[in-house]
Amino acid sequence: MSTTRLVHNRVELALHTLRAIDGPNLLLLHGLGESAPADVPDFAAEWPGPVHALDFTGHGASTVPSGGGYTAEMLMADADIALGHVGPTTIVGRGLGAYIALLIAGARAHVVRGAVLADGPGISGGPTSPTSQPVITAETVSTTPDPFAIIELGRDLRPPDYATTFVRLANEGSDLPDPFVVTARFRPKWLRAVVDEPGVRQAGSIAEALAVYRP
Amino acid sequence: MSPVSSGVGVGQIVGRRPTLHHVVPTIEFPGARRPDREYSIDANGVRIALHEWGDAAAPPLMMTHGGFDFARTFDAFAPRFADAGWRVVAWDHRGHGDSEHTHLYSWDADVRDASLVFEHVGGRRPLTMIGHSKGGAISLNLADAQPFRFRKLVNIDGMPSRRPIPDVAEHERTKMLAGEITEWLDHRAGTATAERRPGTIDGLAERRGKLNPRLGKAWLRYLVTVGAFERDDGWRWKLDPSIRPGGFGPWRPEWSLMRMAGIGVPFYGLLVEHTEPLGWGTTVDEIEAYLPDGGRVELVNDVGHFAHIEQPDEIAGRIMDFLGAPA
Repeated sequence: MSTTRLVHNRVELALHTLRAIDGPNLLLLHGLGESAPADVPDFAAEWPGPVHALDFTGHGASTVPSGGGYTAEMLMADADIALGHVGPTTIVGRGLGAYIALLIAGARAHVVRGAVLADGPGISGGPTSPTSQPVITAETVSTTPDPFAIIELGRDLRPPDYATTFVRLANEGSDLPDPFVVTARFRPKWLRAVVDEPGVRQAGSIAEALAVYRP
Repeated sequence: MSPVSSGVGVGQIVGRRPTLHHVVPTIEFPGARRPDREYSIDANGVRIALHEWGDAAAPPLMMTHGGFDFARTFDAFAPRFADAGWRVVAWDHRGHGDSEHTHLYSWDADVRDASLVFEHVGGRRPLTMIGHSKGGAISLNLADAQPFRFRKLVNIDGMPSRRPIPDVAEHERTKMLAGEITEWLDHRAGTATAERRPGTIDGLAERRGKLNPRLGKAWLRYLVTVGAFERDDGWRWKLDPSIRPGGFGPWRPEWSLMRMAGIGVPFYGLLVEHTEPLGWGTTVDEIEAYLPDGGRVELVNDVGHFAHIEQPDEIAGRIMDFLGAPA
């Protein structure tokens, strides 16, 4: 495994290359509180190209910011910095990473070559409508995962109509017939709405989903 | 970015600064007065700058600024309250004014920072608050989440009602959003090395005038000397260059209004006649449906979004009538 340090504003992101061979790229996005795996996961064993894995801000070997301020959109920008380095890629996102995969696949529809949305920590997010959310603070730490990340990204707002907007962006900007494959069995409201959109397939496993995007 | 030294607790003072007139050329503005005290507190590792006018032992009156602004934009407004017997405490949001440029910015982080400023100034005592624009919207959020911190709440044109989206077909809106997101991501990719554009005092004043079209040149020139810093190649606004106008996200402006309905302390909202680029364009009709019990909202004629700067005497007078004697 090799690691590249990428700069996103004042954060250094760790992008790990788990397998470096010629072929189409695969990028793994971890769940909330997780970090990049050390080895190529079994589900990607048959993938015919390099496998990369990103540590989001405040996770794994990436920088711990001061004083929180996490949003899913900022993690989408983390993923975009990784795309800028690896180029066109298929993405597998677990939990929180699945939601970020949805966002970046809509935002950079011509670069993302299919996104697999899989179960994992942080798949729910927070409320889908206005609520009285408490003001919560956390202990300041220098090691990952950052407690502020766990708190803030565990309750970020994910209205279904916001999530489906990114499916529509992907459908408009991608030349893939189905830019998304959902394998997650637990489906919060945002994901249920996504599954109902055109351009979204379902599969029983990540390996099966990746077969859809394997050239 | 300097880390907070070990042993310093959250909400505690981490530094006192000399007032800026020692290091920048002074441009005077009638009625404007630099703060009597300036210092910073630690907000979970981020230095938040506080500015105070008036007797340090007087009852506190909290003031918070809008987006892309800074506490010193109260230089002409705050002294009116200080002279009336208040200890005015304003703070710079993270990344704004003299507060630290940090890694991340979010609404929740601004609300949390505000909570720590309140804790520093008043502990668990309820305080009186005036919020302008985004600062007003943050105060609505904080008053909903931590009502025990509030005694009375004043909101100057900071009651978001709707996103200013033109009336276009759904597919056109999706296209516009795609462009907005692409621009934002491209901006994020360049923030590591971004710097604010340098210029002369007049040049920065002119640029700011595009966002503050109703404010006079003399005020804008004054603002440069308190909200910007000078290097060899010219003046730059202190605002973190990673912060930019516009944006997108799941938040709906009208959600702030829904929270407003539940506020349990005396509430006074001021709306303005003239819409400006940094305002939400909220109308009295939109607010009245969500006014808290006993709350009131008024439209101020012949002013724009920065009503308290355009007509400080008029706005301060109305607010003082509502607040009563300092307490």
